[in-house]
Amino acid sequence: MINDSILSVNNLSVYIYANQRCNKAVQNVSFEVKKGKILGMIGESGCGKSITASAIMQLLPELARIEEGEIIFHDDDGDIRIDKLEKNGSEMRKIRGEKITMIFQDPMTALNPVYTVGFQIMESLKHHLNMSKKQAKDRAIELLREMGIPSPERRVDEYPHQYSGGMRQRAMIAMAMACNPKLLIADEPTTAIDVTIQAQIFELMLKLQNQYNMTIMLITHDMGVIAELADDVVVMYMGSIVENGSIDEILMKAAHPYTKALLKCIPILGKGKSQELEPIKGTTPDPYDRPKGCQFYPRCDYATDKCLEVPETYYISETHSVKCWHYMRVLENE
Amino acid sequence: MNNSNNVLIKLRDVKIYFPIFKGVFKRAVGYVKAVNGVDLDIYQGETLGLVGESGSGKTTLGKGILQLLKISSGEVTYKFNGEEKNLKSLSDEEMFEARKRMQIVFQDPYSTLNPALTIFNQLQDPLKKFGVKSKSKRREILEHLLEEVNMPKESLNHYPNEFSGGQRQRIGIARALSLSPNFIVLDEATSALDVSIQAQVLKLLSSLKEERDLTYLFITHNLSVAEYFCDRIAVMYLGKIVEISTAEEIYNNPLHPYSKALISAIPVVDPQSKFDRKRIILEGDVPDPANPPSGCPFHPRCKEVMEECKYNIPELKKLLKNAKGHYVSCHLYKDEFTKK
Repeated sequence: MINDSILSVNNLSVYIYANQRCNKAVQNVSFEVKKGKILGMIGESGCGKSITASAIMQLLPELARIEEGEIIFHDDDGDIRIDKLEKNGSEMRKIRGEKITMIFQDPMTALNPVYTVGFQIMESLKHHLNMSKKQAKDRAIELLREMGIPSPERRVDEYPHQYSGGMRQRAMIAMAMACNPKLLIADEPTTAIDVTIQAQIFELMLKLQNQYNMTIMLITHDMGVIAELADDVVVMYMGSIVENGSIDEILMKAAHPYTKALLKCIPILGKGKSQELEPIKGTTPDPYDRPKGCQFYPRCDYATDKCLEVPETYYISETHSVKCWHYMRVLENE
Repeated sequence: MNNSNNVLIKLRDVKIYFPIFKGVFKRAVGYVKAVNGVDLDIYQGETLGLVGESGSGKTTLGKGILQLLKISSGEVTYKFNGEEKNLKSLSDEEMFEARKRMQIVFQDPYSTLNPALTIFNQLQDPLKKFGVKSKSKRREILEHLLEEVNMPKESLNHYPNEFSGGQRQRIGIARALSLSPNFIVLDEATSALDVSIQAQVLKLLSSLKEERDLTYLFITHNLSVAEYFCDRIAVMYLGKIVEISTAEEIYNNPLHPYSKALISAIPVVDPQSKFDRKRIILEGDVPDPANPPSGCPFHPRCKEVMEECKYNIPELKKLLKNAKGHYVSCHLYKDEFTKK
């Protein structure tokens, strides 16, 4: 079998311990990121999508711990078990920034305000590629130009506060792209940005993906963004993956009640007042006081007593899996 | 609905400038022109959407209408019991009374509730101030209000930290409703909420509007929500309104190049339409409102820029051939302002 994934996550569980309580933030999550594709991960706040990404980068907060499961990075010369590496060990540092990079939601807090943008891009070039200062600077200017920043020769010596929001995000991407990573994890890259600038950033990300055959893992809460960009989608709710499939399968043949409800409660541009929104009843449960069994059943229209047990994962097609006892009923109920 | 008798709030050439102070003597060296000449009519009983990107002045305008920010020039008139009054000319007592009729719901439900007070203690203040003397009466009113926003009445005894974002926003709405206003500014009222909760709050807002005959100014950056929720939409760019029309018209037939780009930039959850939409990518960023470009504020980013746009500021004018009342401020439609 040819392995076409670049990253496999198997049965990952991450718990966060705070105030003598345990938040099972991520529970038994498994998914694959396919080479050269865009994997979209969608979920509401608190569903564990960012924690999953941090676990992959080994950037979890101190109070969080990987309880079980494995994260395997399929490098060209063999697999690497990321979860077994030391958090700040040399091997992890080699992967971080060179093989896997990450861009964050808020570029203002992710960039260091006391160093120039150029310095921050050059840092990883010098560290990973052993470039000289001169080489690194030339490369940084080249990167900024590629990201569409005007007059990069001047901009390279400017500080983050001199950049606008969209430009900061471009600088972040330049930093992430510096060492031609295999996998780019974008954690809500455009949430803090206006829509017209968001369109520019997406255009740039798609261009880079084509040019370098890069893999992107895109984390967002915006179904629209997923619909426009992703090839495969992972839907998360309260720490578990409830549905996983290709973009068409998720949008046209959603089999989990949550995915289905989520699609129905978003207003779609162009349908105006003619559309009927169906809000999901109730609120997301307290993570410290989770419901038993399926996390969604208190809000679910399909719920039965069976839902008090944790549902199994069913495969509808090779790529489409769903974690719900009643997926057949959901599918029939078109 | 669109006849002039029904205008509830009328804005004429409203400008809100913030001075920039510099130097030892703190002299004003310039102004941030957050709202730079806005004419707007808000009709009784409508939901007017105000959309635009961050920094376009939508929140400033919303606060200016409520006199929460001082208006630098221009006038805001408000109709009380059939009588038009300029809010600037009101005496303090009159303004105090006027505040009852105009309320606001803020964006962030976390920072707008006082964490040290129970819900009852913070919601009773306006009632106290406006003459509900007995405590049990205030409690009764608030219990009723909370039920109206689908919250249990016991919530009054709890502190804000015990509620989720959606619940807090409901409390914020209940607070705005407590003095039975007829005009509410919803300043990004659903933006901080998750989509599943957002739909609940939107539904709640529309049913409250029906029951209480409210008028909303719905400020948002999310055009999909605006199109679903609003009757008319005004598009703002750099302190000016560039286009106003009905929600369907703005989507189906946007005229201003900025509105076109804005609509095309929005990601849509619809696998079929994914490929037949053409996206207009704007270049550059929103200019600095302290130093807006000459002429049309949009001209440095506009694809259809003409020589005239660089020095001549277009006015917001009604297209005559369009009966629905489509206003646009762009030189491209110069001829259509006059011909039928």
